[in-house]
Amino acid sequence: MSATDFDSTTSSAGQADTETRPVPFRGGGFKPIDIRFVGLGVFVVLIAFWEWGSRSGFISSLVLPAPSEAFEAFMDLARSGDLGRHLAASLRRLVIGFVCGTTLGLIVGMLIGLNSIARAGLAPLVSAIFPIPKIALLPLFIIWFGIGEGSKVATILFGSFFPTVIATYSGIDGVDRTLIRMGQSFGLGRMAIIRKIVFPATLPAILSGMRISASISIILLVAAEMIGAEYGIGAYVLLAGNLMSTDQLIAGVAMLSILGLIVNFLISRAEKYLLSWRS
Amino acid sequence: MQLRVQSLSHYYGPLEILSDINFTIGEGEIVCVIGPSGCGKSTLLRMLGGLEQPTSGQILEVGRPPEGSLNPLTYVFQDFALLPWRTVHGNISLVLEGHGLDKADIDARIADVLERTRLSDFVNAIPKQLSGGMKQRVAIARALAVDPAVLLMDEPLSALDSQTRELLMADLIGLWTRERFAACYITHNLNEAVRLGHHVVVLSRRPGKIREIVQIDIPLEDRDMSDPKMAKLQQDLWNMMREEALDADRELTT
Ligand SMILES: Nc1ncnc2c1ncn2[C@@H]1O[C@H](COP(=O)(O)OP(=O)(O)OP(=O)(O)O)[C@@H](O)[C@H]1O
Ligand SMILES: [Mg+2]
Repeated sequence: MSATDFDSTTSSAGQADTETRPVPFRGGGFKPIDIRFVGLGVFVVLIAFWEWGSRSGFISSLVLPAPSEAFEAFMDLARSGDLGRHLAASLRRLVIGFVCGTTLGLIVGMLIGLNSIARAGLAPLVSAIFPIPKIALLPLFIIWFGIGEGSKVATILFGSFFPTVIATYSGIDGVDRTLIRMGQSFGLGRMAIIRKIVFPATLPAILSGMRISASISIILLVAAEMIGAEYGIGAYVLLAGNLMSTDQLIAGVAMLSILGLIVNFLISRAEKYLLSWRS
Repeated sequence: MQLRVQSLSHYYGPLEILSDINFTIGEGEIVCVIGPSGCGKSTLLRMLGGLEQPTSGQILEVGRPPEGSLNPLTYVFQDFALLPWRTVHGNISLVLEGHGLDKADIDARIADVLERTRLSDFVNAIPKQLSGGMKQRVAIARALAVDPAVLLMDEPLSALDSQTRELLMADLIGLWTRERFAACYITHNLNEAVRLGHHVVVLSRRPGKIREIVQIDIPLEDRDMSDPKMAKLQQDLWNMMREEALDADRELTT
């Protein structure tokens, strides 16, 4: 090979070792991009298929009622006026339990994150109690807080408390220490550092913890409402199950899943709004 | 106000990091500190500003800080340390809040300091919108906003590319000629040291001892790298550093 081979590609075109081709692309991917309406499309297609299957007899109505039947059951519920009562009862429990659980969780998580004594004392306790399914404790909660609202709110409260604690203090552990040192170097007080540096820096972790604790709260809400509740989506689903009226059951379950979607949507909005500074 | 380091030594556990350091940062004077990696320069700077305590020896403030100084010893960090969720304005106001200044006063100070660092157009930008050089300019503006007596800078330009570094260097020299701040400037870059330093403290490899303090008498604004005197200075520093750097390079860092 002579040195001139480097700049003689045109003259030797046609030869196998000098053919030109673009460098194949092999990057990209691994980066979620927002594609709208695909999720919605999947839902619509699935439900349409289901409806078609039920009508054509491909899916027996004994096995699974058609979406239209479930919707009819939902409309019945709305017309009877019970829908509002069920929703109001469930939402009240959910909101009170979740707000109290998250608030307490934030406080305890902050304590553990910022104070070594609190960490030494409480972190093992949190780790010990977190994995216990709170549903298993429901009978205890009933004895302690009564069969009424108390035990139901308590279940949700405990369920959302622990994930929030863990998300908060691990978030604090992950705060960039150079920012804290910067605060100290400018003479900011401890409270100012916590309020203006540590807390905002922990917010991403807190919000993603909230996503989890919100879902846990909805699961626990239904479980708790299955015992001794007159109204509530859980009670409605339980009754439907006992009566084997699967159309009502599907209607109830769909309400839960929509509730979950709404909560998720709200948290996403909060993230977009509060965390727009993230790169 | 002067800052005096007196027979300072420091250990991390059994490991001696700094050994018997003595020097003074005079009023309006820039002291550059150079030395091989791991010799304790950052540690020394943390002690100068009271973020860490030396094992023995002390650091003394000599004289009163200037009237109205909110934070006499003020850092400029290598990685900027800007709060990503605050705007340029918010990042500067962060260090002005809590001093009992009213809002108009804070805004006036911020406007003034942004003017001095030519950042006025970026008041409402957040850090992710700024280039590295811009971020460091904001950090310098933030440091100036509290009217420091001594600026403590740990390799403030080393996270930047060389062109940006050159621009910021010129900015720093310009700023100093107007404001005559005192500073301790840590760097790996000998060129920065000879262009900015009134004194250059050369540390040996770990444990860091003072190997030499080189005084440079040429006024900052007249320093020109094509001047053979400057080139010679840099060469001398390099000869001093070379052997230390070679040895330090061969040692295991623990
Ligand atoms: N908190 C610490 N605990 C124990 N050892 C430390 C600590 N901080 C630094 N060291 C050690 O002290 C030595 C000096 O560190 P320092 O960061 O001050 O060096 P440096 O001169 O700034 O180095 P570089 O030029 O790489 O920035 C290093 O060997 C480092 O490993
Ligand atoms: Mg360092």
